[in-house]
Amino acid sequence: MSLVPEIDFGTPAARSEKMVTLTIDGNEITVPEGTSIMRASMEAGIKVPKLCATDMVDAFGSCRLCLVEIEGRNGTPASCTTPVAPGLVVHTQTSRLKSIRKGVMELYISDHPLDCLTCAANGDCELQDMAGAVGLRDVRYGYEGDNHVKARSNGETNARWMPKDESNPYFTYDPSKCIVCSRCVRACEEVQGTFALTIEGRGFDSRVSPGMHEHFLESECVSCGACVQACPTATLTEKSVIEIGQPEHSVVTTCAYCGVGCSFKAEMRGEELVRMVPWKDGQANRGHSCVKGRFAYGYSTHRDRILNPMIREKITDPWREVTWEEAYAHTAAEFRRIQYQYGRDSIGGITSSRCTNEETYLVQKLIRAGFGNNNVDTCARVCHSPTGYGLGQTFGTSAGTQNFDSVEHTDVVIVIGANPTDGHPVFASRLKKRLRQGAKLIVIDPRRIDLVSSPHVQASYHLPLRPGTNVAVVTALAHVIVTEGLYDEKFIRERCDWSEFEDWAAFVAEPRHSPEETEALTGVPAEMLRAAARLFATGGNGSIYYGLGVTEHSQGSTTVMAIANLAMATGNIGREGVGVNPLRGQNNVQGSCDMGSFPHELPGYRHISDDSTREIFEKLWGVTLNDEPGLRIPNMLDAAVEGTFKGIYIQGEDILQSDPDTKHVSAGLAAMECVVVQDLFLNETANYAHVFLPGSTFLEKDGTFTNAERRINRVRRVMTPKNGYADWEVTQNLAQAMGLGWNYSHPAEIMDEIAATTPSFALVSYDYLDKVGSVQWPCNEKHPLGSPIMHTDGFVRGRGKFIRTEYVATDEKTGPRFPLLLTTGRILSQYNVGAQTRRTDNVLWHEEDRLEMHPHDAENRGIRDGDWVRLASRAGETTLRALVTDRVSPGVVYTTFHHPMTQANVITTDFSDWATNCPEYKVTAVQISPSNGPSDWQVEYDELSRQSRRIKGKLEAAE
Amino acid sequence: MNVHVTGSDVGARTLAIVSELKGLEGPLLPILHEIQAEFGYVPQESLPVIARELNLSRAEVHGVVTFYHDFRDHPTGRHVLKLCRAEACQSMGGDAVAESIKALLGIDFHQTTLDGAVTLEPIYCLGLCSCAPAAMFDGEVHGRIDADLAKDLIAEARS
Repeated sequence: MSLVPEIDFGTPAARSEKMVTLTIDGNEITVPEGTSIMRASMEAGIKVPKLCATDMVDAFGSCRLCLVEIEGRNGTPASCTTPVAPGLVVHTQTSRLKSIRKGVMELYISDHPLDCLTCAANGDCELQDMAGAVGLRDVRYGYEGDNHVKARSNGETNARWMPKDESNPYFTYDPSKCIVCSRCVRACEEVQGTFALTIEGRGFDSRVSPGMHEHFLESECVSCGACVQACPTATLTEKSVIEIGQPEHSVVTTCAYCGVGCSFKAEMRGEELVRMVPWKDGQANRGHSCVKGRFAYGYSTHRDRILNPMIREKITDPWREVTWEEAYAHTAAEFRRIQYQYGRDSIGGITSSRCTNEETYLVQKLIRAGFGNNNVDTCARVCHSPTGYGLGQTFGTSAGTQNFDSVEHTDVVIVIGANPTDGHPVFASRLKKRLRQGAKLIVIDPRRIDLVSSPHVQASYHLPLRPGTNVAVVTALAHVIVTEGLYDEKFIRERCDWSEFEDWAAFVAEPRHSPEETEALTGVPAEMLRAAARLFATGGNGSIYYGLGVTEHSQGSTTVMAIANLAMATGNIGREGVGVNPLRGQNNVQGSCDMGSFPHELPGYRHISDDSTREIFEKLWGVTLNDEPGLRIPNMLDAAVEGTFKGIYIQGEDILQSDPDTKHVSAGLAAMECVVVQDLFLNETANYAHVFLPGSTFLEKDGTFTNAERRINRVRRVMTPKNGYADWEVTQNLAQAMGLGWNYSHPAEIMDEIAATTPSFALVSYDYLDKVGSVQWPCNEKHPLGSPIMHTDGFVRGRGKFIRTEYVATDEKTGPRFPLLLTTGRILSQYNVGAQTRRTDNVLWHEEDRLEMHPHDAENRGIRDGDWVRLASRAGETTLRALVTDRVSPGVVYTTFHHPMTQANVITTDFSDWATNCPEYKVTAVQISPSNGPSDWQVEYDELSRQSRRIKGKLEAAE
Repeated sequence: MNVHVTGSDVGARTLAIVSELKGLEGPLLPILHEIQAEFGYVPQESLPVIARELNLSRAEVHGVVTFYHDFRDHPTGRHVLKLCRAEACQSMGGDAVAESIKALLGIDFHQTTLDGAVTLEPIYCLGLCSCAPAAMFDGEVHGRIDADLAKDLIAEARS
């Protein structure tokens, strides 16, 4: 094994189709017009010495090391900033160049510490490499002059010297090793788009400065690590590398956090993970990452991880560690007993959007073939089920229409109900890059998210709607487009059903849908909404990106359809730069939906009542499948409370913390006789479990994740599972204990079964993925290379379907007792229920959930910033600390839900989407009052958690 | 002119200046000049306000402010005397003049006299090489500076 090779071409690739031929060191080479001489050389295999150039950022021309000579031209131009031209004859190595380069290196080294042997970058230092490349043997200037290297110079304190900045938990900044190449500054600007770094001072005084000469942690830095990756020396270095040393081999795998699905190289030393470095060839992230993917993997070795299976009779008992065999036998016996006693439909299971496609497939297979019912559901129920329904109805497929690269071609972007800079940071960076190139942005969100206004980004319009009025706003946009004649008639006539369009157009054109009429309802100024609609309809390629702020409403599915209508009406489907793009929350939520996790659907979104589909699986699995849809998660809980549902197998989901109306969830779980939880940690749901099966991390197994753009990415095992088994093996062993004759020896075999049974995966196999890197489904005979963009020659369902979208106000209304609207969201450093990120140093950025409220609402209630407040709804109450800010409008409050103590879902109600039961997390009527501390429920719950986490023979683990 | 104002005041007055000038093309430098004219230096508290209003990061504004030596991060004395330290002035006896002025004021470069009257700064260069050694006193250039002329200027400053 060795490190995955990656060539640094020095400057980004040129996009021109016109080719240019030139001669470099006697080699003739042909490259696209606009390519730098440096990149052209590298493509011919000639490495021109360089320091300030790297292909993740544009050429800068500051280090003066990459100079070349060109016949017929004067001087020694920098090869990074000089583009190729036809017929050029370039020499990269002449006696003149050699002496210039040596002189430059002498200057660099005269102000650089000579501690190579004990330096963290030893073996991975471009300065060291360049000293070798130019043959540096001596530094004529000596080391005693002015320098940034020594704390004391000539007996006096050296004012130029700056101490190491170790404030960031994941990397250090050592100014004494900096050569001021500006790579970090440019990476922060061009790649990440945060602009947190600058060069302060000028001349010899120049130093890299986070913020205004601040520490990294206090600056605007979001810790994405692009600067660390760009740094050619040890100035910015991962703390893990400082501690462990340089990696010796690396494996390409896929991040297990959000739905962007970034490709990473896991750089290893033996079985120890040294660092995660985004893979340049990763087609979702193109070499970029965020703080979670790159740095927050420490949970995988956290001491809280449970490594042995455990059983207990009652949830009030302490846990008892058992062998795997006993755990399987016990679970199988319990499930069979319950089914014997209460009927075949009395058990079910939940698949995980965090696990691989193969694992998800096995869990639903276990339930359908082993349990003999269709009581399978997944956490997509609580996030993007309306996307599946809405896009399925209008377009014919339950997925986004574009790849992430598409954003590079968009001209007008609507971001609705999504906060990409926190939830999908790598996509946000790519979006911001396009915005800096001039694309326009419309944000529809109750809260002033960062995209509305941040360095070099300014939304053209921010429509701050009242939570719960999405349908009214999107329909009003359509009203403007239809009544002002801005729709794309040619597209609609060619691609959609014209009579359905006419019906829909007549509906949206009704005066009651006009922005002026809906203003009182939505709070969005009519003029602004009209202007936004005109911009979207006439501004060129229009794309819509949306998140859970769209789906998690009582009208989630309706909003998705309204968005689809808008895209079709403006002709923004079926090519690059346009489309409808759900930003999916979890790494494999797309995959878990694809794999038949819903009670009514077999893999590939085929309805369970469809005889021919059922037959495929029945033949292969040798069982008869129930043709009736099973229970959804909320139905399972209802049935449990009623006493007809008694056992559940939950793989990798913490429904107690993540599902709405916590008290209802806990009552349902408490009413069951066998709750089996498979997870990395004793999560909140495990407080109600009878069997705990330890899970494995994404670093410990093979498989695939499918990201938000339908991209099937390989997950590769880099270390032995600490718990002994990958999750698919645990499910298989449990199935065997229940009498099923499964015998998969590798997840590749599971994927082969998926491909054999599911048309949209027909050509997918591990060999194929190894060959092409990744592929976007559908991947079959018709689309052998996958489908980056869907509906290119016509909609999957035939003709695009316009559907009327009537606004119906949610039943969750404000009133005198609950006058404020609570909406929820995420933050960059934490991930969902936080089970992973809370067990990393990411807590430094967000150690507790805070309640954002407008100064006006705060003042009315006598609440100051940082005060404890009681947050009460019709469902329950909790306490947390207030954050007074004008990011939210008066009347709206906002919180995150990353910490179990907050129990934000004690507050949320059990209202849900009319079509899919996706809970209405985003709207809860609440009241807020000052408080002294935790609520009774929080105190009780804390005690219950402590009690239920006891393990016999072990000291109580501190949370 | 130096004005000592509280933090929140700095914010409000910065905001007023930024609002007035942000419509210019490339507004950052004119804004910084105006702020220095207003406060006598560029207060650190101004930077985040400028950054927010211009859609820049704090880092970027800091980078620009620190690039230009003329933007000061602290108040000066009532008068500022800048001595040209570039090659032409040095060759015309600038060093000796500088030493005599330092002795007269009892301070080094970048320092302000205890009575708050004069701040002494080096500068490279005033473009007045034909009249070297040159100096600038409160924005007004003076050529062929010698010890006597320096004495006069300082007396004027202290009066």
